[in-house]
Amino acid sequence: MKVAVLSGKGGTGKTLLSVNLAAVSPRALYIDCDIEEPNGRLFFKPAFNKTEFVTVLVPEVKQTLCNGCRQCVDFCKFNALTYIKGKLVIFDSLCHSCNGCYTLCPKKALSPKKKRIGRIQRGVSRNVSVTTGILNVGEASGVPIIKKLIKSASASYALHIIDCPPGSSCIVMESIKEADYCILVAEPTIFGLHNLKMVDELVRLFNKPYGLILNKCMDPWDPIEAFCKERRINILGRIPLDQDISKLNSEGFILVRTKKAYKNFFSALLKTIQKEADNQTIIGA
Amino acid sequence: MVIALPVNDNSVESGICCSFGRAPYFLIFDTKSKASLFLENYAIQEQEGAGIKAAQMIVDNRVDALLTPRCGENAARVFKTANIILYKTITDSVNDNIAAFQKNQLSVLSQTHAGFHGHNGE
Repeated sequence: MKVAVLSGKGGTGKTLLSVNLAAVSPRALYIDCDIEEPNGRLFFKPAFNKTEFVTVLVPEVKQTLCNGCRQCVDFCKFNALTYIKGKLVIFDSLCHSCNGCYTLCPKKALSPKKKRIGRIQRGVSRNVSVTTGILNVGEASGVPIIKKLIKSASASYALHIIDCPPGSSCIVMESIKEADYCILVAEPTIFGLHNLKMVDELVRLFNKPYGLILNKCMDPWDPIEAFCKERRINILGRIPLDQDISKLNSEGFILVRTKKAYKNFFSALLKTIQKEADNQTIIGA
Repeated sequence: MVIALPVNDNSVESGICCSFGRAPYFLIFDTKSKASLFLENYAIQEQEGAGIKAAQMIVDNRVDALLTPRCGENAARVFKTANIILYKTITDSVNDNIAAFQKNQLSVLSQTHAGFHGHNGE
């Protein structure tokens, strides 16, 4: 089963949940798709023994062939090309690798060249195989890294936990595409509810079965309860706002590997998720 | 010498725009002939790379110097390649800045920012 964990807002507990669900299962593959700030590795602390680089194609120009027609400059939707003082100037970091410029160039002055935008690292932490994507600072899009992360995920693991980036943009869509089930994580706050609505819309658009986990809970907070009722969102569990959890988490400990109580809590949660996912997948909801 | 300034509207009174790449208009002013014209900035709607596209417009209008409160790093690279010098504006007033420029009172804009990249700032 492939479970994607997402949230509109950052800092709601995606990684806390993902790491602990993976760690509490007998054997799992944890995939960190939060490529701009991957932090699952800070908890698992695996010795990464494999690194793969991710490359994309960006244009390279032969100035002697360029006649300054500017078709490529006008075509580029991302303004990655300019024509200055008789020379084509390329901004690699804005290029989205659409191949348009070299397809269009009448003088064949442009050709594709490979460019590294990030890397994928793999390692092991006890029962969990840890895979993480890392996007180089300043790059336009991490989609190619996520595509590779998802595609290269080994089918030999019964459970895949996909720790998604925050928000609801392209990189999140790419991260949940192959998921069998989605878990939304939200905080019971106005901001939390606002961003929950965004991801709720997203998973519905993708027709994914999903449930919600509320994190940092105190007393039930009416607006989020009402929203869940109205949208018929199943609340799978509630993680309390708790100093001990915060402290252990901030020190990079995996809760289920520290205390029996946490192990039991997340173990039960994983069972609920598995049951729910099975049910919903059968119904095709 | 031809200078350019990012402005809020197509009038001298509208004042200097706080952004370069997403300024609604550019005032192009020839200090010799005193001729001026307002260019509509068609890069303003771009999702990404507005600064680069706007800089291309400035280059294409044979500008020698740009008077701006700030400038992103990508646009700055375009200007550097084109040998266009950036000067830092001192007030919001178009006339003040042109007068200061002609008296050599403006300093060169040496700091550029990393840009806002789709975060609605620039």
